[in-house]
Amino acid sequence: MKKRNHFFIPTKYIFAVLAALCVVMMFLSYSMGLGGQTLGRVAGYVFVPFERGLNGLGGWVRDKKDSLEELTAVQARNEQLQAQVDELTIENSQLIQNQYRLEQLEELYALDQTYGDFNKVAANIIATDGGNWFNSFVIDKGMQDGIDAGMNVIAGSGLVGIVTKAGDNWAQVRSIIDDLTNISAKTLSTSDLCFVKGDLQLMNEGFIRLEQLKDPEDQIAIGEKIVTSHVSDRYHEGILIGYVNELSMDSNNLTKSGTLTPAVDFEHLHTVLVITDQKQVVKE
Amino acid sequence: MKQKLVLALAIIVSFIFQCTIFQSLALASISPNLPLILTTSMGFMRGEREGLVIGFFCGLLMDIFFGSLLGFYALLYMFLGYGSGLFHMVFYDEDIKLPMVWIALSELVYGLSVYFFMFLMRSKFEFSYYFIHIILPELIYTVALTILLYRPIQKLNDLLERLRGDTVRDYYTTSTIVGQNENQTEEL
Repeated sequence: MKKRNHFFIPTKYIFAVLAALCVVMMFLSYSMGLGGQTLGRVAGYVFVPFERGLNGLGGWVRDKKDSLEELTAVQARNEQLQAQVDELTIENSQLIQNQYRLEQLEELYALDQTYGDFNKVAANIIATDGGNWFNSFVIDKGMQDGIDAGMNVIAGSGLVGIVTKAGDNWAQVRSIIDDLTNISAKTLSTSDLCFVKGDLQLMNEGFIRLEQLKDPEDQIAIGEKIVTSHVSDRYHEGILIGYVNELSMDSNNLTKSGTLTPAVDFEHLHTVLVITDQKQVVKE
Repeated sequence: MKQKLVLALAIIVSFIFQCTIFQSLALASISPNLPLILTTSMGFMRGEREGLVIGFFCGLLMDIFFGSLLGFYALLYMFLGYGSGLFHMVFYDEDIKLPMVWIALSELVYGLSVYFFMFLMRSKFEFSYYFIHIILPELIYTVALTILLYRPIQKLNDLLERLRGDTVRDYYTTSTIVGQNENQTEEL
């Protein structure tokens, strides 16, 4: 870059200052839980509309893909009714969309009945973590809709994750398959406590890790339901996490560990419910 | 000023693409890293100063929306932008091999740093798994994407050069640069 003005700052100083800023931010966010709320708020207003739009585009592409498949089948049967086919395709894609929406809403409604005691807000997923290391996503509801960090997120038939950050019109959700997740859980039939941890290695196979399960009498079978426990300070009790997939004795001969198949299909997740009641914690 | 606006737009677009459309382009749940391509190639084409600023903002956006530690990605991307800017001097416009090698190296540094600070620090020791299943596929995918995106990024660089040509003309009446950009600015 050319020396333009007399107050030109050498690049290495800018580098040093920004690097120091980053280190200070990291320190603050680690020690004081500073999440960059103000930055998040401003950024939310810039990005959320775009992300919503592009998400809509994604849905539109999905619908079009479905309708194209439909179209070829109909064309083979009667070619002379081309015009009518086109008309029908448009109608059809709309119907598929409606059907899809209906199924989703029915699922959510069924879920609503299961976890009926909680106040919930439905939200759409509008962006997913850009990297390949973690599994978090952004939803299109935020503080304006009463969502705050620490709230549980559910979908389909079970637990999706927890809100870790909230802006005015967006919130960040860390899913239970993320490597940083650690949930206190219990088995449904015997109420034995255990821990559920996300794991990047297992994430690609579609499992999460189950640890420190005490089961001296071998009562827990494959397929046992694992739910959130009563001792967790962040998750409400009794939300379904998944089903036991594999279980083996640890080397200490006291506890068992294994893998869990999550109840939620994370590959095809578009809509989630956020439980706006926070778990009550006794304040000292 | 126009330069900054264009750059800001490029950062925003790359970030939004990264966390929406690119996630559905993922092969075997691995997606390429568009902000890294932008940061590295801009650093390469335009010097360490712009490289580090672009890197800082790309990383900061990641931190705000997806990070668990505010400032981590900002520092990492800034470092990569600055590092590639140091090789600004050996950059030739037509040659795509060197930028590709450099982007591959940046990806490697990026992957290794994320592994080291976010995984090794939490005593996840299976480095070979992470290297083969995450770092390497992301590197290959990103480099492949670079081949496709290199021309558009060059166009972006040309545009920025032209905008800078305008600014320089405002400050000085330097005949050489204005002369070079005269025809191009008239097209605008």
